[in-house]
Amino acid sequence: MKLSLKLIATFFVALMMSFNVFAAKITITMGGDDERAMREHYRFALDWAEENGHEIGYVYRPASATDTLNLYQQICSSGSSDIDIFMIDVIWPGIFADCAYDLNNIFDDAHKADFFEGIVGNNTVGGKYVAVPYFTDAGLLYYRTDLLDKYGKSPPSTWSELAETAQFIQDKERAAGNAKMQGFVWQGAAYEGLTCDGIEWVNSFGGGNIIEADGTVSINNPNAIAALKTAASWVGTISPEDVVTYKEEDARGVWQTGNAVFMRNWPYAWSRSQADDSPIKDKVGAMALPGGGSDGKMTGALGGWQLMVNKNSKNPEIAADLIKHMTSVEVMKTKAIDTSNLPTRPVLYDDLDVKAANPFFGMLFDTFNNAVARPSTVSHKYYGQVSNVFFNEVHSVLTGSKSAEDAAAAMEKDLKALSRKF
Amino acid sequence: MAKIQRTKLSKERIRSAWIFLTPMFICLAVVAIYPLITTINYSFTDARLGDLYNYNYVGWFHYETLFFYDEWWWVSVKNTFIFSFFSVFFETIIGVTFALILNNNMPARGIVRAAILIPWAIPTIVNAKMFQWMFNQQFGVFNEILMDLSIISEPIAFLAYPDSSMAAAIIVDVWKTTPFITLLTLAALQMIPTDIYESTRIDGVSSWKVFWNITLPLIKPTLVIAIIFRTLDALRVFDLLYVLTTNSRETASMSVYARQWLVDFMEVGQGSAASTLLFAFLTIATILYLIITKTSFDRQGVY
Amino acid sequence: MSWKKISLVFLLLIILVYTCFPFYWAIVSALKKAGTGTFIVEYWPSEPVLKNFIYVLNRPAFGSTFFNSFLVSTLTVLFCLLIALTASYALGRIQFKGRTVLLLGILGTSMFPQVAILSGMFELVRSLGVYNTYQGLIMSYVVFSLPFTVWILTAFIRDLPIEIEEAAMVDGANSYVILFKVFLPLMWPAMVTTGILAFIGAWNEFLFALTLTISPEVTTLPVFMASFRGESEFEIPWPNIMAASVLVTIPVLIVVLIFQNRIVKGLTAGAVKG
Repeated sequence: MKLSLKLIATFFVALMMSFNVFAAKITITMGGDDERAMREHYRFALDWAEENGHEIGYVYRPASATDTLNLYQQICSSGSSDIDIFMIDVIWPGIFADCAYDLNNIFDDAHKADFFEGIVGNNTVGGKYVAVPYFTDAGLLYYRTDLLDKYGKSPPSTWSELAETAQFIQDKERAAGNAKMQGFVWQGAAYEGLTCDGIEWVNSFGGGNIIEADGTVSINNPNAIAALKTAASWVGTISPEDVVTYKEEDARGVWQTGNAVFMRNWPYAWSRSQADDSPIKDKVGAMALPGGGSDGKMTGALGGWQLMVNKNSKNPEIAADLIKHMTSVEVMKTKAIDTSNLPTRPVLYDDLDVKAANPFFGMLFDTFNNAVARPSTVSHKYYGQVSNVFFNEVHSVLTGSKSAEDAAAAMEKDLKALSRKF
Repeated sequence: MAKIQRTKLSKERIRSAWIFLTPMFICLAVVAIYPLITTINYSFTDARLGDLYNYNYVGWFHYETLFFYDEWWWVSVKNTFIFSFFSVFFETIIGVTFALILNNNMPARGIVRAAILIPWAIPTIVNAKMFQWMFNQQFGVFNEILMDLSIISEPIAFLAYPDSSMAAAIIVDVWKTTPFITLLTLAALQMIPTDIYESTRIDGVSSWKVFWNITLPLIKPTLVIAIIFRTLDALRVFDLLYVLTTNSRETASMSVYARQWLVDFMEVGQGSAASTLLFAFLTIATILYLIITKTSFDRQGVY
Repeated sequence: MSWKKISLVFLLLIILVYTCFPFYWAIVSALKKAGTGTFIVEYWPSEPVLKNFIYVLNRPAFGSTFFNSFLVSTLTVLFCLLIALTASYALGRIQFKGRTVLLLGILGTSMFPQVAILSGMFELVRSLGVYNTYQGLIMSYVVFSLPFTVWILTAFIRDLPIEIEEAAMVDGANSYVILFKVFLPLMWPAMVTTGILAFIGAWNEFLFALTLTISPEVTTLPVFMASFRGESEFEIPWPNIMAASVLVTIPVLIVVLIFQNRIVKGLTAGAVKG
């Protein structure tokens, strides 16, 4: 009996205690909890905190963008104030507009004018300045300069050239005893990353943008079908069969260990490849992704991350001040040099230090201007479903469970049904 | 006199029974019944995750959508059944076999019985990760073993395709839940008096016949309960498929499907309708279970 | 040794391999150096290293989610045992109308698919303002732990000999006295058993923790595990992930191996005595 009373007491004390440990600090969610996330993001926040006498809390972000989106949606609809700053994807401002603190209260037009106009526009929803551009991204083709030189090949400008070169080098390397060599690795798992890869293929073949800006569902066209067929033909030939389970880091795992000739990935992979203890240091080149045919478009999906303040934050002004620091010229320059994050301030593309660290940045400036945007603006808060339909159907084509024609027709049907809700 | 006291006492007991039950009622009403009713209510609305308080009633719209327009819901239903059927089928066979082996008097039996608890105790998430690694195409031990035995010549990408990843999920689930069947069967086996077998030994009946004609009927009631428990559990599968397979809707179960609509698509209305259907479906299964066990109560008279 | 004995030993070995190999493999993989592209399948680690375990132990989120899992599971179990004690006494020892229906209802609740109450639970947690708190998480765990605890405890309490109760009743003791003075001392073993089973259930829970918590200060180990990707800078992250898997499992395994007899009893009591 005595013991039971004690138990009751313990339980109620625990219940009564408020575990509100965040009150005095700004909590941000930007990456994992490993050294890399620390180097890429948090250390800048810690500098700021030390200088201004604040405290920083981090929240772990799931590995995939899709899971992250789910998590953020949950947090927003819970009305929780536990996280002050979210790092959001370029496709999410529409989804999170309701949950965002209007940064127009903090940043004036003069401040905004220093950033890429297009991204600021993308981040403004119904007049609300949802998020400040943190860094931008575009899909890139990485290639092994040493392997291409060894076999007298040049970087490909079309997908068929890429497939040919990849197959050739893969066969030769395997014959030479390097059994794990793969021709081309990319992101084939059924998640948001496949939407990026997929829209790149489709767009490079002149197959449109899935849903056009005016709301027309354009995916069911011969060029898009040809693009999907091409991608499916890589699985099990120049790409490992389990490429259809790869996310960014899986592809980079194969690439980084020296086991791939080509890789599709984001700019962050550059600084990893070129790190001092990287086995492929100075054997790496990066360029725009190949075009569909001789008249195809060299392209890359537009990516990038923004910093948003939670409207339920207890200290929105302090949080915005941290964002101001994180997106300052100094921080952005350091990030560009150390971790190859593309700046969102045009002025930094002329910076000599930045150019020296990332020789491909100059060329990417064009790619960035040509980059293909996912149809997030037109599909607004239904983008998640649009993307889900797209990556699932593309995934079926890659695994061979559906023909490209059937998948394109199915996408058209589902997306048309969805687009009525927009 | 004694009788009056008895009734008084039993009245007191019945009153105190209800008092004793009250805390549980309150708890379950708050944490189970209220959320269940809320979910059912949402299933008739167009509520979205962003705003759970402003919604319109849309009648049976979501249910109609699921039944008549959404092939992927039907895929999830099919997946759930395939998963449950094969998982329960194989774990029953393996579980009973293990129990029959363990029922023999052996020196190391204690160790093996402890070892059998390991799969059961490992969190499903960890299970999924462990098998994901073993199924890995490039570095996985399964591919290595199969290559060493020359069963395959090229590594297989087990988790890449819908069919093979569903098979992989079933394998993981069978591994995890075999102990449950084994332990229950073992308990039933040990209740069988040994003299039942005496006569058969003299007659020289084959051990398969002994199992089929004597042992199986005796452990059947327990086995039926174990199978039903496991089936109900398998029908709700979520964690395993969520982590193990590639998040593809081709391998989604009914639980995964419902969560996807609730959270990924923020369509609480349709997600709740899918949840409610799963609930209704499991309720029917539970009632069937109760009917079946009730009959076995009466017929066998054991327990 | 006879033929039969030898074949039995062989069969036992097969069972051992079947049950232990995946976990053994996780340990072996966690002990590997796993350098750049040099991961080789070895059934025995030739150069075992502890660096993967140290890496995981140094993750701040590992420590905090470990603590959270422990705290949340323990509090859930204590709370449920407390509520279930009186309830299962009533259900197991007192004859009253509607008892069977009640028992069936409780069994039904323990069969609840979690996803069926997910949106409702989310709304409840949100409106109570306990999103991302221990209280919210414990509340959701009570949904499956309480019916389970009541069910198993009822099965146990029904088995206790009737004489002890009758003796007390003859002395004119009321139900409260019988429960707390007579039964409670006898119930400890059953409560420990039930508590362990419920603890393992709560320790392994994933969906509610995933949905109702966010920060490493509150969330649990399975959520940490699901999003843990290891230090994958220049090598395959699997040895790290396997190290985390082993570390997450070890506490449960210790509990299971210590209390294996009780656990087997509890598992069979719940089902066989249904």
